[in-house]
Amino acid sequence: MKMNPFKAKQYATSKVYHTRPQEIGQQEEERPNIPEGIMTKCPKCGKAIYTKLLLANLKCCNECGHHFKASAKERFGMLLDDGELFEYDATCTTVNPLNFPGYEEKLAKTQAKTGLVDGIVTGKGKIEGQPAMVGVMDPAFFMGSMGTAIGEKLTRMFERATKEGLPVIVFTASGGARMQEGIFSLMQMAKVSAAVAKHSEAGLLYITVLTDPTTGGVTASFAMLGDIILAEPGALIGFAGPRVIEQTIGQKLPEGFQRAEFLLEHGFADQIVPRDQLKQTLGTILKLHQTAGGKKLQEEEEKSFQKEEAKSPKRGEAESFQMEEGKYSEKPKEKSSRDMEGKSSEKKVN
Amino acid sequence: MNITAWEKVKLARMAGRPTGLDYIELLFHDFFELHGDRFFAEDRAIVGGIAFFGELPVTVIAQQKGRNTKENIARNFSMPHPEGYRKALRLMKQAEKFHRPVICFVDTPGAFCGLGAEERGQGEAIATNLAEMMMLKTPIISVVISEGGSGGALALGVADKVYMLEHAVYSILSPEGFASILYKDSSKAEQAANDMKLTAQDLVQFGIIDGVIPEPRGGAHNNCRQMARNIKKTLEHDLKLLQQLSVDELLEKRYQKFRNM
Ligand SMILES: [Zn+2]
Repeated sequence: MKMNPFKAKQYATSKVYHTRPQEIGQQEEERPNIPEGIMTKCPKCGKAIYTKLLLANLKCCNECGHHFKASAKERFGMLLDDGELFEYDATCTTVNPLNFPGYEEKLAKTQAKTGLVDGIVTGKGKIEGQPAMVGVMDPAFFMGSMGTAIGEKLTRMFERATKEGLPVIVFTASGGARMQEGIFSLMQMAKVSAAVAKHSEAGLLYITVLTDPTTGGVTASFAMLGDIILAEPGALIGFAGPRVIEQTIGQKLPEGFQRAEFLLEHGFADQIVPRDQLKQTLGTILKLHQTAGGKKLQEEEEKSFQKEEAKSPKRGEAESFQMEEGKYSEKPKEKSSRDMEGKSSEKKVN
Repeated sequence: MNITAWEKVKLARMAGRPTGLDYIELLFHDFFELHGDRFFAEDRAIVGGIAFFGELPVTVIAQQKGRNTKENIARNFSMPHPEGYRKALRLMKQAEKFHRPVICFVDTPGAFCGLGAEERGQGEAIATNLAEMMMLKTPIISVVISEGGSGGALALGVADKVYMLEHAVYSILSPEGFASILYKDSSKAEQAANDMKLTAQDLVQFGIIDGVIPEPRGGAHNNCRQMARNIKKTLEHDLKLLQQLSVDELLEKRYQKFRNM
C-alpha cells in the first residue's frame, strides 16, 4: 500500500500575518541568520554595520552591497503590498516517511527555534497591486532542504494558481533534498515539476528568484523551470555543491564559480536583481504579462481576493484559530492531499 | 534471495553485472543508435536509439556503465553531463512525434559533478527532463537495472511505469555520501544503506515504484538471458496496457502517480 507521508490533521488552514518592513528582524532573535546586537559584521567586506541600518537596508551591507540571507517572513515584508500574505497550508508538515532515527526530535527542535513548520511559506499576496501566488523558502530551516512538506506545499500552490489563473513567484533557498526523507525527497522534484508543467501549459507565468544558496534537487527541478529566472547578486547557485565538485575534480574552484553572475554569463539566469529593486522588477514583469485575457482573469481574482480579505481573521485571532485547526479537518485520513485544496481555507475561516 | 541493503548496493555496482547495452541486445532487434544533443556534444554515458521490440518500434535510452576500465572512462562511469540528458530528451520528443513508446534503463551513481557540467547547466537539464517527461504524449517505461542515484537517475525516471530489478537500488544519494552528510563519517555507508531504505523491496512497499522484476538465482549476472526474459515479460504486459489509454488518460495517470508521492 502506498503510504501517505503527511500527518492526517495537518491539512490546509489559512492565516494572515503582517510582516512590515519595520518589523524585519524583530521577534526572531534566536535565528542563526539574524544579526544580533548593535553591530553586525559583514561576512564579505568585514566592516561592522549598525544592525538597525542593515535591517533598514533590506539586510544588504551598505558598504559592499552583500546580501545577507533573509527569512521567509522578512521576504514577505520586503515584497508584498502592506507585507500582507494570505498563507496557505500553514500547518502542512511531514511524518518522517523513512522512520529515520532522530529526525522527529530534530524537526521539533528546528520548528521551535524558527517558528516555522517547514522550510517554505506559501500563499497569496499582491505586488504593486497585482495578485500572485508566492512561495518563499527559508534557508534557516534544515538549510532550506526540500522534503515532502515543501514538495506538497509547492505542488498545492501551483495547482491552486492553475485553477485561479494566477502567476507564481518562488524564492528558492536550499541546500538540496532533505536527506532524512530519502527517496521521498527525491520524488518531490518530479511532483513539483509536474505541477509547474501543468501551470505552464495553462499559459500562466512562473518567475523564480534564486537566492543564496540554491543547490541540488531544488536547482534540478522547479528553480530552473521559471519562464523568467532572476537571481540575487552573489548568490551561490548550482547543481552540485562546491565542496563536492572540488572533491571530484581534485582542485580548487575558480573565483566566482556558481555565483549568480556566473549563471548569467552562462545563460541560465535572465537578470541579476539587487534586493532593493526586486519588488519593482517583479511588479513590472507581472504587468508585462497582463494580456487582454489575463486581465479579465485578474479582475475576477481581485474580487475573490477582497472577499477572502473580508472573511479572514484579524491579526491576533490567527493564533487561536490555528490552535483549533484539528477540529476543522474533514476526514483527511486516506484522502489524497489534492482533495483538500481550494475551498478549504475560505470555508474554515468562517 | 535474502541479502542486506548494503550487499545489494555492492551487487548493483559489481563488475560483470549486465548493463543497458546487454539488455538492449537481448530485448530488441535492429537497434539503431542516435548520437548527440544537437547543442554541444555527444555524451557516451547515455546510449539512445530506435529499435524493434517484437513488432513494435520503440525508442530506447540507457545510462551505460563500461564493461571494462577503458569503456568506463569513455562512458564517464555512467555519470551523464547535461548534454546526455538533453540527448535523451531529444530522443523522447522524437518518440512522441512518431508515436513510439519510450523505454529507459536507469543505471547511474548520479549526474556528473564537475566544472563543465555546472557551466552547461546540469540542474537545468535535469529539471527540463522532469517537466517534459511529465507531459510527453507517448508511454514511458523506466527500469532501474542496477544503481539509481539521485536526480541524475530521476531525469530518466519520470515514467508511466517504473520498475526495479530485484537487487537494484534507488536513492537520494550514494550511501557513502549520505553517511558523510548525516553521520559525518563516510565509512558508515553500510548503516546508511540500511537507514535510507533504498532496495526495490522498500520502494515497492512505499509505492514509489510499480513493481520488482525478479532476478535469476544469485543475481542478474548469473543468467543475463533469463534476466532479459523477465524484463521482456513486464514490458510486453505494460506496453499493451499503456497503448490502450488515450493520451489524456495516460498523462493524467502519470501526473497522479507522482502527485501522490
Ligand atoms: Zn559588506
